[in-house]
Amino acid sequence: MSAGENAVIVDLADGDVRAANTRLQEKNGSEDTEFYKVRNPRGVHALACGLDAPVSVEIEGSTGYYCAGMNKHADVTVLGNAGQGVAENMMSGRIHVKGDCSQAAGATAHGGLLVVDGNAAARCGISLKGADIVVKGDIGHMSCFMAQAGRVVVLGNAGAALGDSLYEARIYIRGTVESLGADCVEKEMGDSHRAELRDLLDAAGCQEVPLDGFRRYGSARTLYHFQTDNVGAY
Amino acid sequence: MCGIVGLYLKNEALQPQLGALFSPLLIEMTDRGPDSAGIAVFRNATAAGQTKLTLFHPDAGYGWPGLADRLAAAFEATTTLEHHDSHVVLVTNAPADLAADWISAQDEQLQIMSRGSAIEIYKETGLADDILARFDVPGMAGTHAVGHTRMATESAVTTDGSHPFSTGADLCLVHNGSLSNHNRLRARLAKEDGIQCRTQNDTEVAAAFISSRLAKGRSLHQALDDCIGALDGFYTFVAGTRDGFAVLRDPIACKPAVLAETEDYVAFASEYRALVSLPGVADAKVWEPEPAIVYSWGDKT
Repeated sequence: MSAGENAVIVDLADGDVRAANTRLQEKNGSEDTEFYKVRNPRGVHALACGLDAPVSVEIEGSTGYYCAGMNKHADVTVLGNAGQGVAENMMSGRIHVKGDCSQAAGATAHGGLLVVDGNAAARCGISLKGADIVVKGDIGHMSCFMAQAGRVVVLGNAGAALGDSLYEARIYIRGTVESLGADCVEKEMGDSHRAELRDLLDAAGCQEVPLDGFRRYGSARTLYHFQTDNVGAY
Repeated sequence: MCGIVGLYLKNEALQPQLGALFSPLLIEMTDRGPDSAGIAVFRNATAAGQTKLTLFHPDAGYGWPGLADRLAAAFEATTTLEHHDSHVVLVTNAPADLAADWISAQDEQLQIMSRGSAIEIYKETGLADDILARFDVPGMAGTHAVGHTRMATESAVTTDGSHPFSTGADLCLVHNGSLSNHNRLRARLAKEDGIQCRTQNDTEVAAAFISSRLAKGRSLHQALDDCIGALDGFYTFVAGTRDGFAVLRDPIACKPAVLAETEDYVAFASEYRALVSLPGVADAKVWEPEPAIVYSWGDKT
């Protein structure tokens, strides 16, 4: 959906987040579309949370914690930066942050796509459960910690302890990785991985970005089962 | 939780508005720390040979003019007093260390909140907007200020336990987090550096550690760098000296922090929403300070 002439304006100049969210959620449970522009977001928390309809929301500035959390079906664009936990527990839909994200972007998200044009701070994709994340800049330390399913693509660098205690999420990094977390290893890039990486980049608007230089990381699966050698530790 | 904020003006033309620009930052952080609030403001630097002290006494009727007169007589010195609610700012040309010792000996409830040439510290239990108004902060001119809204974890909700903490001339520290090795460090600072902390608060120990490093000739930037190895626990720090302003987060970046910089100012807050009232912040460079990296501004940092 494109920005239409008939956008519904939701103004947060009065700081009433509950009223703004009630307005944004008015199509919830339906298949109705609508285009909302949120003015004066002023960094408030929990903005555009709990959307459950194929609506589009454009937020004209920076947001606080948990922006667009629990999103289903909606397409949310943040024209500034997003605070901690953007797209937390997203189920479906698409969230696009034009600036940077704070910690825990996309935490526990089950489905949908999170695109970050800038950098994402620590713990990006922590406990990811099936969503896709594409970060055009860097990601911070402890990213993808215990990530269970889903894909994470980073065009820049990854901070320390990437993918610690990783389950089955797949991670593609083009830049450097400061260090790998426990049980996270580099894996071979097969044709299927190159195809899925291409799809993810295209979905994030990175059609011009070549696949050269990307490396794939995943779980070594050595922490999945109890090792009898460790019995003495208990 | 706690909220911390700071505003360091790069453009001298904004100095008359320091308090007006700073106050909304602290008020926005009220829900991160409704127990108490405090600020350190750097302004009206004294002439050479003079010392400025911010003093507090819990008795609203305490005889400040009498104290000033006795100090003047004891040291054959000049004194001026400026009242701000429960605090006073006393400027004297008496020798700084001797005057501080003399004041501390007058009344055990009398407390020196800060001493130096430019620093003033005001802190109380209660909500930020009330406290800012009580101390006339919105009308204050100055060069830089740091503030804190407290949700107490490590020590009691008292004026004493409120931030900022000052443990050396023109130094202040505010802290969001909790330190886990402060008792051992407090004892070490007392034994090795002769620095006595007044309270049981963990942040005062961190301030004392920074003071001990400054006393050894380290810059503010270097002293905060030294914190990374010496302090264990969670912390986002904002520290101020007469000419300097610095920020540090612990190595795992447990506590939130946002910096905004324009040609006119550097602003810090626990959350971005506290910065939105600043002029030009929409076009500022806004970023999260990296873990275990010291960011500093000013001549002597």
